[in-house]
Amino acid sequence: MSETLSRRGVLGAGALVVAFSLGPRALAQEGGAAPKPVAPGLPGSLKTTPMLDAWIRVDADGITVFTGKAELGQGIKTALIQVAAEDLDVAPAAIRLVTADTGRTPNEGITAGSHSMQDSGAAILNAAANVRMLLAEAAAQKLGVAPDALATTGDGGFKAPDGRTVRYADLAAGLSLHVAARADAPHRPLGARRTLGHDLPRVDIPAKLTGGVAYVHDLRLPGMLHARVVRGPSVGTELKALDEAAALAMPGVVKLVRNGRFAAVVAEREWTAVQALQRLQQAGWRRPGPPLPAGDPLASLNGPSQDEVIQDVGAGAAAGVRTVQARYSRPWLMHGAIGPSCAVAHFQDGQLTVWTHTQGVFPLRGAIAQLVKLASDKVRCIHMEGAGCYGHNGADDVAGDAALAAMALPGRPIRLQWMREQEHGWEPLGCTQAAQIRASLDAAGHIASWRFEVWSHSHNGRPVTAGGLLAGLEVDPPFAPQIPRPIPMPEGGGDRNGVAIYAFPQARAVSHFIEKAPLRASALRSLGAHLNVFAIESFMDECAKAAGADPVAFRLAHLTDERAKAVIALCAEQFGWASRRLSDGRRGTGFAFARYKNLASYCAVALEVEVEHETGQVSVRRVVSAIDAGDVVNPDGLKNQIEGGIVQALSWSGLEAVTFDADHRTSFDWSAYPVARFRDVPGSVQVHVLNRPGTPFLGAGEAAQGPAGAALANAVADATGVRLRDLPLSPERVKAAIGI
Amino acid sequence: MTSAGLIRALCAAGTLILLASACAGGPKLPPPPPQSFDRAEVAQGFALAKLGDCQGCHTADGGVAYAGGLPLKTPFGTLYTTNITPDAQTGLGRYSKDAFVRAMRRGVRADGAHLYPAFPYDHFAYADDRDLSALYAFLMTRRPVARTAPANRLIPPANIRGVIAVWKALFFHPGPPAAPDPNDPRARGAYLVESLGHCGACHTPHNALGAEQTRQALDGGYQEGWYAPPLNALTPASVPWTPERLERYFKTGLDRDHAAAAGPMGTVIRELAKAPDADRRAMAVYLAELMKPSPAGRGQTALVDRAAAAASAHPQGASLYAGACASCHEPGAPMMLQGRPPLPLGTPLHEADPRDTIQIVLQGLQPPLGGAGPYMPAFGSSLTDAQVAEIAAYVRARYSDRPPWSNLTAAVAEARKQGAS
Amino acid sequence: MIVLNVNGRDHSLDVPPETPLLYVLRNDLQLNGAKFGCGLGQCGACTVQVDGQAAYSCLLPVSAAAGRHVRTVEGLGTVEKPGVLQRAFETEQAAQCGYCIAGMIMRAQALLDANPRPSEAQIRAHMQPNLCRCGTHMRILRAIRRAAGLPPDGKMEAA
Ligand code: FES
Ligand code: FES
Repeated sequence: MSETLSRRGVLGAGALVVAFSLGPRALAQEGGAAPKPVAPGLPGSLKTTPMLDAWIRVDADGITVFTGKAELGQGIKTALIQVAAEDLDVAPAAIRLVTADTGRTPNEGITAGSHSMQDSGAAILNAAANVRMLLAEAAAQKLGVAPDALATTGDGGFKAPDGRTVRYADLAAGLSLHVAARADAPHRPLGARRTLGHDLPRVDIPAKLTGGVAYVHDLRLPGMLHARVVRGPSVGTELKALDEAAALAMPGVVKLVRNGRFAAVVAEREWTAVQALQRLQQAGWRRPGPPLPAGDPLASLNGPSQDEVIQDVGAGAAAGVRTVQARYSRPWLMHGAIGPSCAVAHFQDGQLTVWTHTQGVFPLRGAIAQLVKLASDKVRCIHMEGAGCYGHNGADDVAGDAALAAMALPGRPIRLQWMREQEHGWEPLGCTQAAQIRASLDAAGHIASWRFEVWSHSHNGRPVTAGGLLAGLEVDPPFAPQIPRPIPMPEGGGDRNGVAIYAFPQARAVSHFIEKAPLRASALRSLGAHLNVFAIESFMDECAKAAGADPVAFRLAHLTDERAKAVIALCAEQFGWASRRLSDGRRGTGFAFARYKNLASYCAVALEVEVEHETGQVSVRRVVSAIDAGDVVNPDGLKNQIEGGIVQALSWSGLEAVTFDADHRTSFDWSAYPVARFRDVPGSVQVHVLNRPGTPFLGAGEAAQGPAGAALANAVADATGVRLRDLPLSPERVKAAIGI
Repeated sequence: MTSAGLIRALCAAGTLILLASACAGGPKLPPPPPQSFDRAEVAQGFALAKLGDCQGCHTADGGVAYAGGLPLKTPFGTLYTTNITPDAQTGLGRYSKDAFVRAMRRGVRADGAHLYPAFPYDHFAYADDRDLSALYAFLMTRRPVARTAPANRLIPPANIRGVIAVWKALFFHPGPPAAPDPNDPRARGAYLVESLGHCGACHTPHNALGAEQTRQALDGGYQEGWYAPPLNALTPASVPWTPERLERYFKTGLDRDHAAAAGPMGTVIRELAKAPDADRRAMAVYLAELMKPSPAGRGQTALVDRAAAAASAHPQGASLYAGACASCHEPGAPMMLQGRPPLPLGTPLHEADPRDTIQIVLQGLQPPLGGAGPYMPAFGSSLTDAQVAEIAAYVRARYSDRPPWSNLTAAVAEARKQGAS
Repeated sequence: MIVLNVNGRDHSLDVPPETPLLYVLRNDLQLNGAKFGCGLGQCGACTVQVDGQAAYSCLLPVSAAAGRHVRTVEGLGTVEKPGVLQRAFETEQAAQCGYCIAGMIMRAQALLDANPRPSEAQIRAHMQPNLCRCGTHMRILRAIRRAAGLPPDGKMEAA
């Protein structure tokens, strides 16, 4: 690629710097769909929804907790139950949790960006403390003692010093929780914690192991029909004239719903719908628009960009004795949920209900209401689990598809699931990116100055309007497509983690946002952090090598953040970094570290690889990771997330790349887009948790993506002596680099 | 001579030869250091090793490349391929270049023992000196891996190595090595196909004693339970193979007008794909020329799809096909929209022998580990012999105008046995 | 009428005979365990046992399963009385989104039925057809080892 990227150079010469801002902006959340804060002094989502009864209700039946966040397989249900149970001091089993539902729960925007614990966890923890405080006041009055003389019993009651007890349920009848939370409600003492910080088994797992109703895919409503949406093979294509009569002639086909280019076939039986879809697809397809830039997957990054300086510290050109420079890239990547997206929609009596695995029921409601031309309050979106999504996949689109189908068949619930090839062909992707870094080292081998640039398309295509849904672009008349916008720092989109956490005397970073993208782009787990951390942490190793320093010592020497240092030290120690096996041309070790978004979890990864010289095949023998996620609610749940993130990121970084030709995406299934299978995953993965009870929750769901990819690259470089800077580190590339 | 007679003769001669071969031990030199080889020669050897698919045979499933141990099923039992890394004890470490050339050309081990002809020295005998030298340089610069292959499990008398001498006396009469003009692609192609490419090892019929029937060169043969179709005028392909199509097939294992590489050809492609473009092209030019006089080449084949007739002849097969196969193979299925070969063009369906069709259903197709490419799931564990037979009968009736296959259920049982490792 | 034996019970079904077993299990018998992942035999989310062997139910016509023994994850145990593998998955918390897990359990069950103490390489080779996108592999492997009574940290044979 990319004469232009290189020519443009490290200081953004030739590119127009249109903005300079380090301050937080209005839209911190992906998708810009977050509600407005009304109580900025309160923790987490209490800022936007301060009333206690929006979060917790206590009545004769027990305790119900409400969250606007959704279970995505990250274990959030269990964690939030633990948080509530802790500060209410009840058993977790006593809590019923209601998750994202526009009809019942607070609006917490989108479940993304590792925000759930910071937003909802903090809100529920404080709401629980508030509720316990109010209950204690009521109990004190009832028993005629001072509130601080009361102790909770751990099972939903208070006990007075004289032994008399009173239950929450009895107090609740006379107590209104329709009051705003206070910021200073006392938490239970750290030393007395019963639930928070313990390994509570995930509440959602038993049903998933035994065939219970666990996913929206499993929802079966009386009279439900099955539908499939009818589209070309991938975004940008369309089917030629459909043979409507042939499909309708198939026994069991109920209707072909059509509106403009949108088409969905509805049948009594699911298999009939699948067969009818295949019949309709025989029409063949075409690409009406201009061809895709097949060949160089980075070519589109040379398009016109909006540029922003995201870091500028230290003045004057620091003198260095040696300059290191490199450029890194990644290709387009797929979310690739194992279960294709699915939704159930039901239009009855003027009210549309959509069961969906979207990450944002509230923004989706707005988009669907616009799509089907109903008022927002006539649409209800209820979250039910889907297969793990890892960002903005087809979940929202399929909900729009099902909604349109349901509107055409009032009274009948419609279940619409995408086919595998539709998920691969139409879901938004994580975009290609490139980063270029130049540093000068001083005589002591320290980095004296640092120049970072990143080029990226959008990571933010989540629907806010009907134009953000595929169906919205297909109906007649079509809705205006959403214009992609960069996500501002400090969270960032393509520039997420583009500011290195290291303390350099002088550093400047520029983010180039290229609006025009050849493929459909949106949020994929960790957004730009995957590439940026891969680049920065690969480059730190390159600098360490230039300085003749040990990679871990080199990082520590450039850090001032004590928590960062502690995580690195823990990881290195548990890995046995100091006594690691030295590279022998075949085996190698790699280390990498990042603090996600520079404001969430700290995560370090060390790993050992073996490279098969003849094939370039890289086997990861073992992985050791350390994580500081602040106050850890469920240590095993956290480990599960980090383990999974590491394995997934190794698959991304070692194997994956979306392919396309001039017409369409050619990565249409798992044979054309292989991901890691059992023989490809590491020999072992260990995660060590550095718990910091009483400190704020730090989101961790995306913390491992960058460090795992970078550690892999560093280990391959260590093993083979050749540095690979373009992802994926596929066997072909590794073999080509190491030679015969 | 009848095959029974042959076997008796072999038994009688076996002992003698065993004694003779024990005296033929070669010198035992220490392995030459890797640095002693010329880099350009090693690179040339790499290209040839890819063309000859050394790695495919000499690597066990999940094992280290070139360290051997892959079971090869032959009509005479199971052979395990040898370790050809330069390990001194278990590999080629003590082979001098001469000993290596002798092994390649004459099928004789460094210690003088005869090598089983599963190692295709009947082809390698034609390899040019320079090419063998390059191959030697390549192999001797691999990482030595200490690994002994499991003992062969062969039926008598094949289990007596000396018998091979008799076999050689009967069937192994190679001509002199060839050295074609490197600037003539056709000649280069012919050379590669006949020598290191050893295409005939699978694609030429073998006699009862496992020798290639050279007069029927590339007429199609059997290998590991699969049928390797003819690579000459007898090809059953419905669309002519052109050099361009063959080249693409060698590079990707896929040609939309014929098939995806399956079975043993899958591993061949994995390596062939890494060979130099010019060599792949040369082989394609030569083989396309051989196949040109075929019915397809003469424009005499027509594509058929007799869905209704096939369904009425094989209603059960049609129903099984609709549930098990149609999701990928019918027009409108994702594979078809993406340019995978449609069944009417599938070469196996037009072969006289049903076994490729059966094996593909039983074993499926695997892209290389972690690699992208044509894939088909294996149905061996979910469909019964009778069900596979129904499907085979149906697709044959639907997509080919050749006569129906007979005794399909028995053929499935047999294919299962041969395909099991 | 097709008579289908699932988890030891016969069901008489009036369904088109070519319907893949997956749709019959899910929609006619209301068994949620087997999942639609690809319908192409590529991911294993739909894995069930047919006569003891792991099979992709998305590509098995129901007529081909008639007269044979179909076993789904529901047949191994319940939330109250989980089977050995289910209990092992629970103990290891071997799920993230869990969409792949029922298929994983059924493929692992087929392995353990045939080979109660498999090696690490055998486990990985056997599980190769099943995909997990959440990266739960390490825990799935631990759960299988646990169910087989093997040490939890599997050692790959040295290459
Ligand atoms: S759904 Fe059957 S293998 Fe993927
Ligand atoms: S746990 Fe989500 S796909 Fe396996």
